[in-house]
Amino acid sequence: MNTVVCMKQVPDTETLIKINPDGTGIVTEGVKWVMGPYDEYGVEEALQQKEKFKAGKVTIVSLGPDRAIESIRTGLAMGADTAVHINDAAFYEKADPYATASVLAAAVKDLECDVIFCGKQAIDDDSGQVPAILGELLGLPVVTQVIKLEVADDKTKATVTREVEGGHAIIEVSLPAILSAQKGLNEPRYASLPGIMKAKKKPVDVKTAGDLGVSGEPMTVIKEMSLPPARQAGKIIEGEDAEQKAAALAKALHEEAKLI
Amino acid sequence: MDFELTDEQKMLIETAGNFAKNEFAPVAQELDREEKYPMEIWEKASKLGLVGAWIPEEYGGAGVGFLGNALITEQFAKVDLGISLIVAATFGCEAIYWGGTEEQKKKYLPLVAQGSAISAGAFTEPDAGTDVAGARTRAVIDGNDYVINGNKMFITNADVCNFMVTLCVTNPDNEKRYKRYSLIIVESDRKGVTATKIHGKMGIRASDTAEVSFEDVRVPRENLVGTQEGKGFYQAMQFFDTTRIMVAAQGAGLAQGALDKSIEYVKERKAFGVPIANFQITQQKLAEMAIRIEATRNLVYKSASYLDNGKVDPTLNAITKYYAGETAVFCANYAVELHGGYGYIDEYDVQRFYRDAKILQIYEGTKEAEILTIARRLLT
Repeated sequence: MNTVVCMKQVPDTETLIKINPDGTGIVTEGVKWVMGPYDEYGVEEALQQKEKFKAGKVTIVSLGPDRAIESIRTGLAMGADTAVHINDAAFYEKADPYATASVLAAAVKDLECDVIFCGKQAIDDDSGQVPAILGELLGLPVVTQVIKLEVADDKTKATVTREVEGGHAIIEVSLPAILSAQKGLNEPRYASLPGIMKAKKKPVDVKTAGDLGVSGEPMTVIKEMSLPPARQAGKIIEGEDAEQKAAALAKALHEEAKLI
Repeated sequence: MDFELTDEQKMLIETAGNFAKNEFAPVAQELDREEKYPMEIWEKASKLGLVGAWIPEEYGGAGVGFLGNALITEQFAKVDLGISLIVAATFGCEAIYWGGTEEQKKKYLPLVAQGSAISAGAFTEPDAGTDVAGARTRAVIDGNDYVINGNKMFITNADVCNFMVTLCVTNPDNEKRYKRYSLIIVESDRKGVTATKIHGKMGIRASDTAEVSFEDVRVPRENLVGTQEGKGFYQAMQFFDTTRIMVAAQGAGLAQGALDKSIEYVKERKAFGVPIANFQITQQKLAEMAIRIEATRNLVYKSASYLDNGKVDPTLNAITKYYAGETAVFCANYAVELHGGYGYIDEYDVQRFYRDAKILQIYEGTKEAEILTIARRLLT
């Protein structure tokens, strides 16, 4: 079974995020970069499917600047076979979900594969649009928020469990298809030491958006970014005794917080 | 001179760091309280190649060298020194690697590299620690066997291991004191081997430490490490030159862990209306910790890469090990002070770090022994 995993390198969740001076992005200096956690579920699932079918190839495709190679290597060290790195900082800087999907579509369209995995969203911009746009551009079915995957032996279709509000839906989908990975799909493995030692010898095809014939201008532009407002100081309810305090609390909840 | 680590080494740090954060942190407090050896974590780490990573590929290891092993050790010790000692599941095998025959290397090294066995190095005795050549455990040839009698003390892994590399007296009549010893591999399931776990250690309580007694234990003569008797003391010295650097890496890791936890705490904790990080006396403590850690780490990496390049410098190793122990104790102490009362209870990791750190000035050559080594070199 051949699979492609679309992977985005994102800031580590523990990194302290700061907005850059012109307010249109984050300060990238000092940020620790990691593979998108939902993309990591995609890599793990691709590896598990390959192991189950005892054949096939896992290809990682990533759009990002030079630093993205580190996360690509992590995927290769986990066990992926090859990678395509669309190393195009200029394109990446202004890419919106559409531009990202169009460059990924161009990179993926000639690769032979049964499933294209994406994370359900990147944890930096959280737009969650790429899997759907990619499906549209490639003319493939898309199933989002996947938490379980069973591929038929003949690889023409798959039974997929996805999360829906308050429960699960089981969906049958023809392959090839695009599946977006949700937490719960699997438990990603650590890169093993032999895997790390081998990763550098695995082929990484480096391309620019231009090489892929994509010049797609973004359809949306970030005008401004802001951090959530600092949390307000708490209020201490004053009163002579418990009764008075309870009354003051009820009044504050009703009139100030407007909760009751 | 290039101080950059390779891409592989950086990934190694990443993997080892993530592994420790995910696997050690949730159980560290419990294993410390209950003095429990982390068997499941050892198994999991072995499968990933994190145990015995220094062992060359031809003997089943990942072949990352002793610098690679130091990087793993450092990342592990940053989270918990006791559990980090799962990397010492190959303890004793360094002597087989340096002094063993090709058959012995092929037989024993893959076992520990692939997680099918745990080894131990049985050197210390109740009356002979730093004075290695004071060991009295006796091995006598009887037909095709050695018959071993004696007692060992404070042996890491002895109660969980499959075999131990044991320092024995084989040539008591040799006029040169240092030529009376041999290293002999003793399987733990041999009749007459009794390991008794030592309880009540101050720190590294997740690590196994035991007393061992050998009563008429018979092992085949081919279990002699190498081919010649009388080499044991020198093999042991070479062994310690390797493991001392790994202990120093433990110190670098523990100290960094103590600093990281302190930084996090002083930003949160408020006194007199401001985070205590605002006070210069806090800042001084953090900076002094950082200075010592950076110096320690550089010593560790230098010693380890020398070793990987076949250049063994016992004085440098003594300096590295000494300074790493000092740094760990210094940083753990400051970490407790910065945490105040909270640093004194076991709910906070720094309390455990404080207890754990002390062993780094004791095992693998006491700090006093390191001082003697360094001074002797200065004066000759």
